[in-house]
Amino acid sequence: MSVDAPEAQAAPQAPKDRPAGIGLIGWLRWGWRQLTSMRTALVLLFLVALGTVPGSFLPQRGLAPEKVATFFDRHKTLAPWLDRLSLFNVFSAPWFAAIYILLFISLAGCVLPRTKHHFSQLRSRPPKAPRNLRRLPEAASYETAAAPDEVLAEARKILKERRFRLDAYDDAVAAEKGYLRETGNLVFHLALLVLLFAVGSGTALGYKGNVLVTEGEGFSNTLTSYDAFKGGRSFNASKLPPFTVWLDSFSANYLTSGPNRGQPTKFAAKVRYQAGLKSPVTSYDLQVNHPLVVDGARVYLLGHGYAPRFTVRDGKGQVAFQGTVPFLPSEESTFTSEGVIKVPDAQPDQLGIVGYFWPTAVPNQQGKVVSAFPAAWNPQVALYVFKGDLGLSNGAPQSVYKLDTAKLKPIVMGNQTKPLAIGQTLTLPGGAGSVTFDGYKQWISVQVNHDPGRVPALSAGIIAIMGIVTSFLVRRRRVWVRAKAADGGRTVVEVGGLTLGGATPDFDAIVERLKKAAPEEPPNTDEE
Amino acid sequence: MVDTHLANLSNQLMLGAVLLYVVAMVGYAADIAFGGRRAAAVPSEAKVLIGAGGPEASEAATDVEEAEDDGRRIEWGRFAVLINVLAWGVHGAEIITRGMAADRVPWGNMYEFTSAITFAAVTVYLVMLWRYKVSWLGPFLMVAVIIALGIATIWLYNDPGPLRPALHSYWIAIHVTAAVTATGTFTVAGVATILYLVKARDKAGKPGGIMDRVPDAETLDRISHRTMMFGFPIWTFAIIAGAIWADSAWGRYWGWDPKETWSFITWVVYAGYLHARATAGWRGRKAAVISLIAFGCLLFNFFGINYLVSGLHSYAG
Ligand code: HEM
Repeated sequence: MSVDAPEAQAAPQAPKDRPAGIGLIGWLRWGWRQLTSMRTALVLLFLVALGTVPGSFLPQRGLAPEKVATFFDRHKTLAPWLDRLSLFNVFSAPWFAAIYILLFISLAGCVLPRTKHHFSQLRSRPPKAPRNLRRLPEAASYETAAAPDEVLAEARKILKERRFRLDAYDDAVAAEKGYLRETGNLVFHLALLVLLFAVGSGTALGYKGNVLVTEGEGFSNTLTSYDAFKGGRSFNASKLPPFTVWLDSFSANYLTSGPNRGQPTKFAAKVRYQAGLKSPVTSYDLQVNHPLVVDGARVYLLGHGYAPRFTVRDGKGQVAFQGTVPFLPSEESTFTSEGVIKVPDAQPDQLGIVGYFWPTAVPNQQGKVVSAFPAAWNPQVALYVFKGDLGLSNGAPQSVYKLDTAKLKPIVMGNQTKPLAIGQTLTLPGGAGSVTFDGYKQWISVQVNHDPGRVPALSAGIIAIMGIVTSFLVRRRRVWVRAKAADGGRTVVEVGGLTLGGATPDFDAIVERLKKAAPEEPPNTDEE
Repeated sequence: MVDTHLANLSNQLMLGAVLLYVVAMVGYAADIAFGGRRAAAVPSEAKVLIGAGGPEASEAATDVEEAEDDGRRIEWGRFAVLINVLAWGVHGAEIITRGMAADRVPWGNMYEFTSAITFAAVTVYLVMLWRYKVSWLGPFLMVAVIIALGIATIWLYNDPGPLRPALHSYWIAIHVTAAVTATGTFTVAGVATILYLVKARDKAGKPGGIMDRVPDAETLDRISHRTMMFGFPIWTFAIIAGAIWADSAWGRYWGWDPKETWSFITWVVYAGYLHARATAGWRGRKAAVISLIAFGCLLFNFFGINYLVSGLHSYAG
């Protein structure tokens, strides 16, 4: 359009092609008006809602990356297409950002001018009384012996008490109140803008780290000690407060009977922490819903599991590995868990072991071992042992929870041997060594985060609610009182009221008060 | 830990409440059926008044009708309301004994949520009945309540028991109570909206039908709008309280968990309704449809998300 513009201007009929020859500025103004119209806002509002829907049905990378991987395995052709549309990270997708940014521009473009207009309204005088107050939706009139000035003075007093804004015209008082309705509405919308801003800047400035800690061990708040770490766009790693947390012990309670047997009732981790190198070490009972707050960071207990302890001897009889290995629960209700032990130091062959851990091992009907309960009442492990090359030397990063069996040869199949109880040893065939199940510890998964936007976001949310409630409760009202001298020293009092959005009992109460102060008298007929 | 006597008592009270709601519904229906014939005798008069004077006039017409009634209809109406209040009391006792049996707030699983939501809906209705004389809403709401409680006792039942660790927080009393109250309120608004759509469609209205006692479309629209205006800030508050809770339970205040996502969607669509009503070209029927979509989102968030999608909010079991 703008490319053609010079030629089009030369042509005589050009102005007809566009709305009344408005030019670029005009088009911008027109676009702005469209964007900030409530109809557009409404459409954008629905688009935001619609946009979040796929995020609740498709697995999301930010929430469950492993489920995204499974989805890719299952839907080989569909998944890449969905991925191209950012449907596995909807909430950070460009198209999603486009919708909500447009919505909030629209909101700002609508609300800011309204705020300005409202401010000028707040300073203006209540409008003059209409000539005939009796025609108003709320109206009353009577006669009194009190003088007009007295009546008007009284009316001013009453209306002022009721927090009306007043203005005096010659024979009448004009009053208005209920500006809070619009104020509340504007506060609500402005608070939403602040809320979005707080959420956005909180994410940008904050960070989040996840780490798995086994009983007796600890971690410090540095990038390298986290298993996963995510800093916001404007996050500065050098600002991480230097604290350390140790896990002394973890306990989980479960229901032991009834239909919900095995359901957890309490998780508690006894931790100690030290804020800085010189600070004292303090104990804390870390529980779900009770995060530990250190140096502005919050430490959460998110999950837990078992870490069986093994001693592996190699073919030469030397201890090639000794320690706890965190196993990941594969079944939450019974805590059947899986893990991998890699023994690169074993000789002559490296050893790789896939283990299964049953906290309460019992044989099922087929004689297979299963776990009957999530607590460790009868812990046993089954081991699948491989020997050969673990593939660690080529430098490619490997998950500690996965065994690459490409260059490995199975030597023990766990389903063909008896599971090990604590203290028992499995001797490997062919003189490859032995594995002893020494016992277990528990681990917890911990999340540490810092989000400077939380308090501002919460404040904005609360202000938004107060704004909308105010705006829903308050009505805009106008009241006029006119007092005119009539014959015989009487005064005719007229009261009129206008309430936007339906009548309220307020008006009658005002008239009542007025009549009490300047009592009503029967119309003055017989004295004449 | 669980007091089985109280738990059994609670279950019996639930049964009693459902039965009483059924009786109340029959009472309301009888009120319509027997009062309906009378109303049918004076339809033209009433309609003229509606046409001439709008909502006030139609209210006046109802008053006249009631005053000159032979009393039988009033009897049925009174009976229904009386039983309804009784049912509500028994329902409340069911919830309290349930909480006492498990020694915790009585909203920890789907059975308990459903019971609490219907209780909130009936409470909202009774308050509206007292303030605004909306007995015409009674039979329709009773149907919804009976269906919901039926589903709860047959499919969602769970013995009372202690809560999972994530629910050990006083925020359950704040967040869930707000969500339940808002959901109950929106349920009443939803019933009124459906009535509005039906009423607005057959404006001509055959006299003597069950829609006779229901006020005109304009009044219905106003009532459902007011009800949603009451529910919307509570729903907003429920979401914010949920965010505060999530901040201490899950390590972040907002993470687009499916439940969070759908409460946001529900919130947006209700906000959309409130705007649509204030926007020329969307008010009336279109706005009503939007509010029903919002109500659908609310129900989906409650049932669908709990059973179809796995997330942090999975308390269906
Ligand atoms: C997330 C976005 C928004 C939300 C949640 C929201 C919410 C609300 C609510 C609840 C009301 C009260 C409705 C009523 O009084 O019946 C309202 C009123 C209003 N909103 Fe919004 N709004 C949003 C965006 C916008 C935008 C973008 C605009 C302008 C383009 C806008 C303009 C208005 C206006 C003009 C009113 C007054 C209508 C009335 O007085 O009833 N809103 N808004």
